[in-house]
Amino acid sequence: MSFVQNFPFFSIIAAMFSGIVSSALSGKKARNLSIFVIILTTLMSAAVLMFCARTGESYTYMMGHFPAPWGNEIRAGVLEGLTALVFGVVMLWAVTGGIRYTEWDVEPTKQNLFYIMIDLMLSSLLALIYTNDLFTAYVFVEINTIAGCGLIMMRQTGRSLTAAIRYMVMSSLGSGLFLIGLSLLYDVTGQLLMTPAREAVAALRETGSYELPLLVIVAVISVGLAIKSGLYPFHYWIPDTYGHATPAASAVLSGLVSKGYIFLLIKFFYRVMEWENVIYSHIVNVLFLFGVAGMIMGSLQALLMKDTRKMIAYSSVAQIGYIYMGIGLGTQAGMVAAVFHIFTHAATKALLFISSAGLYNASGGKTDYRSLRGAGYRNLLAGIGFTAGAMSMVGFPMLAGFISKLLFATAALKSPHKMLITLIALAVSTVLNAAYFLRFVISLYRPPQSGTDGENGAFPDGAGQEKAPRAVNSLNLRLAVVCLVILNLVLGLFSQPIVRAIETGLAMFD
Amino acid sequence: MSRIRKDYETSFFRKFKRWMDGETDLLDGVMDLSGQEGTEEPVPGAEGTLWKEDEAGAEEVLREKRAETEKERKSLALFERIYRIMAVILCLAIIWVFLWTTVHLPPFGGADNPANNEVPARYIESGVRETGAINFVTGMILDYRAFDTFGESCVLFVASCCVMFLLRMDKGSSRLLREHPDLLEDDRLFEPKDDVILQRAAAFLLPLILIFGIYIVLNGHLSPGGGFSGGAVLGSGLILYLEAFGFRRTRRFFTEKTYRRITLSALTFYCLAKSYSFYTGANHLESGIPLGTPGAILSSGLILPLNICVGLVVMCTMYAFYTLFRRGGM
Repeated sequence: MSFVQNFPFFSIIAAMFSGIVSSALSGKKARNLSIFVIILTTLMSAAVLMFCARTGESYTYMMGHFPAPWGNEIRAGVLEGLTALVFGVVMLWAVTGGIRYTEWDVEPTKQNLFYIMIDLMLSSLLALIYTNDLFTAYVFVEINTIAGCGLIMMRQTGRSLTAAIRYMVMSSLGSGLFLIGLSLLYDVTGQLLMTPAREAVAALRETGSYELPLLVIVAVISVGLAIKSGLYPFHYWIPDTYGHATPAASAVLSGLVSKGYIFLLIKFFYRVMEWENVIYSHIVNVLFLFGVAGMIMGSLQALLMKDTRKMIAYSSVAQIGYIYMGIGLGTQAGMVAAVFHIFTHAATKALLFISSAGLYNASGGKTDYRSLRGAGYRNLLAGIGFTAGAMSMVGFPMLAGFISKLLFATAALKSPHKMLITLIALAVSTVLNAAYFLRFVISLYRPPQSGTDGENGAFPDGAGQEKAPRAVNSLNLRLAVVCLVILNLVLGLFSQPIVRAIETGLAMFD
Repeated sequence: MSRIRKDYETSFFRKFKRWMDGETDLLDGVMDLSGQEGTEEPVPGAEGTLWKEDEAGAEEVLREKRAETEKERKSLALFERIYRIMAVILCLAIIWVFLWTTVHLPPFGGADNPANNEVPARYIESGVRETGAINFVTGMILDYRAFDTFGESCVLFVASCCVMFLLRMDKGSSRLLREHPDLLEDDRLFEPKDDVILQRAAAFLLPLILIFGIYIVLNGHLSPGGGFSGGAVLGSGLILYLEAFGFRRTRRFFTEKTYRRITLSALTFYCLAKSYSFYTGANHLESGIPLGTPGAILSSGLILPLNICVGLVVMCTMYAFYTLFRRGGM
């Protein structure tokens, strides 16, 4: 056994351990430890990815002295390594880019608690990616939910508290449904680990017994995880949650947390239920319809928002819709597009939240369109970062969003029944995306209105900036924006190897 | 020179420009402008002398507005009613689906249920030999599936961190305290406690409760019990002490610092010990931890220390929740 194969386990444990140790550290030390651990786990994920790509196969890793159906197990392959790598990079820049805002938003004596949440969130995301055990997945879903609530309420304003409560209620509903599905699955198969459960499910299918419970299991777990990731009809917690948290938390929550659940769902479909059977059960068609509805409705609602943070949050609803639409196509190509869009959206949403924080900062902390006019001149780098992110979301060539739209469109051509709807939805949603994002970008580069509302009319050294904290662009924010733009470009320009890696990774799931 | 058309104000481009500038109020006409009970209120100034001439017009506008809001309220009430009916129907449908599924599940306790497969068989048959714990459940959660249990104790840890974040009052930094200084008046003002009956009863009960808690924790691998249940008993003992004798006496041996030290060291030990065991297990190395004779108190390898760790974490979490939900910190 190669030493590299220990890395998935090391990265999960390192993240958890740093969270535990942070409870005794000061805020600053906890922050440095947290950043160090994120870098460490990212490097280890890269090593795992390299290892799996070189050997060309996945491997399972026993957590303890007992083999598969008795003890816990984790599993690593190309797709797991790649996802952990992308998540690690996005997490790193989301946290470092938001450092200054975290310092402002979180009480000084409670800074270390914020980084505990970040560490445990990282560990739970890694565990959701690597796990080969459904019950382990449930335990880490719990950690994820509670840490998510913690991250949302960090600002301790009234709105963020209500947002946290709303998130908790919806998210607990999702966890509950997931747990019900899990218990039903245990009842009919007697297995909790993915590999033996898959064999048991296959045996049940052959004999044709327990057909109805199996259908209900797929439905309940899909709906549970869809609620937790914010698919369209269950999306009401999203705008408040992302709109009122501190920027680092918003970026982590919208970029990564909802994607962790989607990844778990994909893993459940492939590793337990077998993809062909899931397609056959028509559950994917429901996900497809919800996804398409989300693409259109999310964009429409984003169009109506005056508060730009909520606009970005509603745009997340639309993007989650894209991902579920890709899953719902029910083909390999659709799934590849969905996974690629997970990466695209993670990189882009983090960039949007972090750079828009810089823009608000340059506009006296205001978040509506009118106050943000001219903010692109007041904070050049954040403006460029936001423009790049918006372009990527709209689907500008060279950026990540273009590739995922291309993949969705080509995947749609291969599934005749859903082709027309997918293409129309893609077209409509792209136009709507362009309408609200480019409107924001244009208003960033227009001269601020004078005379309408006293302090809004401030240009570079005007009155509006007095309210803004001094250091407009810390080094961290600059670095984060630049690196996230680069990540977007990498995803957009070097998409071929990544798409191929996703394809091999999905093949390894079988 | 361009010329502004007469109908520019109502044209599409004017509307588009207003939207681009963020001037359009999208909620205009949608929101109930007159507040919750506003229909009875007269418009301010409507009866003033300055408004004499416009009074008739204002009245008219007001009446129209009233009619509009009345209509909206009616449609809102209708929506609410439909919403409730739909919610009930949806709930009934979900309940029906789950009941229908339950009918199709294997019968409860059946001997040839799918759940009675090789997994519990091995737990029962060779659990004692492999883990050294006579209590299968403890052997299962702290040895076979110890990673899940570590996750569970981290759930407790992160939950207590959240509660601490929300409710801990730090002097000088807490925003809430700055706005409401009266929150500093906490339950310590009601001390010293002098409830003689409670104190006598507590003095009698406390040793029993604590010893029983310790017994449950230490015998987790031998008899029903373990860290989670024993820790809960210990925590309730601490809470009883606090209720009977007050903060000042509790603080002599249990402050936030103690809490932090205990949680930190217990979780750290758990993490390191289990990491060692996972690492050796996955790499097929001998762990070198003796299992001892099953049935003896010092047996079953890591299970006993892990039970103690879990017990300490649960005790601290319970006590922390109790003190944080009262007024005043730990």
